[in-house]
Amino acid sequence: MSRITECFDKLKSQGRKALIPYVTAGDPGPKVTLPLMHAMVESGADILELGIPFSDPMADGPVIQLACERALLHGTRLVDVLDIVAQFRETDKTTPVVLMGYLNPIEVMGYAVFAEKASAAGVDGVLTVDLPPEEAVEFNQLMKAANIDVIYLLAPTTEEERVKQVCAAGSGYVYYVSVKGVTGSASLNVAEVAEKLEMIRRHTDLPVGVGFGIRDDESARAVSEVADGVIVGSVLVNKIAELSGNQEQIPEAVAAITASMRQAMDK
Amino acid sequence: MPTKEDLAIAKQMPDAGGHFGDFGGRYVSETLMAALQQLEQTYEKLWRDPQFQAEFDYDLAHYVGRPSPLYHAERLSAELGGAQIYLKREDLNHTGAHKVNNTIGQALLAKHTGKPRVIAETGAGQHGVATATVAARLGLECQVYMGIEDVRRQALNVYRMKLLGAEVIAVESGTRTLKDAMNEAMRDWVTNVDNTFYIIGTAAGPHPYPKLVRDFQAIIGREARQQCLAQTGKLPDALIACVGGGSNAIGLFHPFIEDADVRMIGVEAGGYGIETGQHAAPLSAGEPGVLHGNRTYLMSDDAGQIIGTHSVSAGLDYPGVGPEHSYLKDIGRAEYVAINDDEALDAFRRLTQVEGIMPALESSHAVAEAIKMAPTMDKDQILLVNLSGRGDKDIHTVAEIDGIVV
Repeated sequence: MSRITECFDKLKSQGRKALIPYVTAGDPGPKVTLPLMHAMVESGADILELGIPFSDPMADGPVIQLACERALLHGTRLVDVLDIVAQFRETDKTTPVVLMGYLNPIEVMGYAVFAEKASAAGVDGVLTVDLPPEEAVEFNQLMKAANIDVIYLLAPTTEEERVKQVCAAGSGYVYYVSVKGVTGSASLNVAEVAEKLEMIRRHTDLPVGVGFGIRDDESARAVSEVADGVIVGSVLVNKIAELSGNQEQIPEAVAAITASMRQAMDK
Repeated sequence: MPTKEDLAIAKQMPDAGGHFGDFGGRYVSETLMAALQQLEQTYEKLWRDPQFQAEFDYDLAHYVGRPSPLYHAERLSAELGGAQIYLKREDLNHTGAHKVNNTIGQALLAKHTGKPRVIAETGAGQHGVATATVAARLGLECQVYMGIEDVRRQALNVYRMKLLGAEVIAVESGTRTLKDAMNEAMRDWVTNVDNTFYIIGTAAGPHPYPKLVRDFQAIIGREARQQCLAQTGKLPDALIACVGGGSNAIGLFHPFIEDADVRMIGVEAGGYGIETGQHAAPLSAGEPGVLHGNRTYLMSDDAGQIIGTHSVSAGLDYPGVGPEHSYLKDIGRAEYVAINDDEALDAFRRLTQVEGIMPALESSHAVAEAIKMAPTMDKDQILLVNLSGRGDKDIHTVAEIDGIVV
């Protein structure tokens, strides 16, 4: 059983929902991400999504675009991201880590090499924004062989027939994009999300995480009532941007946000 | 060399998933999948509909002014002393470039899907102008994304778009050129997918765009083939066209794919020279990768980050290329070369002075390659060059290089 599945199973038995924070690896400096990951886990994060910086993050709003730019400014490469995960795994053997990003850095490394290195580093899942299942046959096989879950997105525009196909291709969890738009854009409508999740659950037993548009304790709590996981990104990355001049303060400041969301979700 | 069977297969590309061999496809985030599937269905239905074809043909004839002439550049040919150079005069189209062939087609699709708003990305501004033009004509709301660096280089086209009622949005992210304009247009589309039709300007992007843009632009090659036969009694020895995203080139090439004796030469922007790394020539110096919804040759570094490009011509300043060109390169059907900024500027001046035709800086790359090739060929051989746009928009750029304030 994968670490991701174990994590969701355990939470389910406790009647709790997963808090899944996203940060871009290497943002704003090479030394921040590792202590930040540990701090988020200590504050109650269950799964970590770690962004692979990319020069052209087409599905992201300005907040995460700038995070990518800050990380790329000092040359954060996919190998560096994998290295961060390997260091994290030296002391944390249980918290699942999911890499999230765009295909080209993985394409250039080569799928097979990536699968091997990611597995060796202790990566549990990978979510490639611009790789839908139709194009992912070879990718899926290689990731599966390396025991890495392939996580797919579902969107408000995804029709029922396609929900079936996407869920069948994925493992670990599915990521429901709650709004039409880029990351960090509009606020989500919980009633609409609930309705869509009901349809999704008719077609899969995979846990459903919801992301895009979760910006505070209240929206985290509201989403946790309908979803299995609450994914939060831009609000954390915003805090990181604010503190880019005082990087040593970042882990504590970001963990304060996730701790507060955790509390709101567990009420 | 590809066999006759290979070429017959090549002519039928892409496959149902939008793949041209290893290239193309649909690499987008999930939110756009439904819109792309809908576009594909709409397109496949309408493209086979005689009424839609009649509408498209009517607009090409009476609004664009087609067919565009095939002009024998006798004086230039005589000066070069070799092959006869024929220019396919896309510069004489309404709005001054080949771009309008495609925007007419896509605007008709937008009209049939009932979407009230169109968006576009633009580099040199020609596609933006062509989109704003058809939007004005059909009464559609229009927003055009343009890198702020290009806004500066192409001030005339920016103002033209505004006069046509479009809003030009200057893009300040990334390298501030065409690729970043395309990123922003994609972000807009993801957000406004219900009421917005994205008119992509080149034969790139996710399926079905590379196919439908090619189909709309293939009028160039169909006309050129007939005109060349009518005027000279034979097919050209080689076709030459500039390649940024590659829509004018694929439009010219596609109807000739099975004419194995006709060489097809795509000319990329060599910028300051391939050896300097400051260029926009992914087919000449790049590797396959994935960007903007398709797998194709790209300029990226060894960590997979897209790298900045340089070309004197904004319309070629793009790190990727349409996937069909990648495919035609790999099967050995088309050849791709690079022309540097200096050579393109020389060709710009020479064609202007010798033939009284001022080519766009993009098209000047194709002219420069013809100037190189013609002297090595016989006088009864034919080079057919796609003069994809006119150079009026580039006068400021050329004047600036000459140190003149216009």
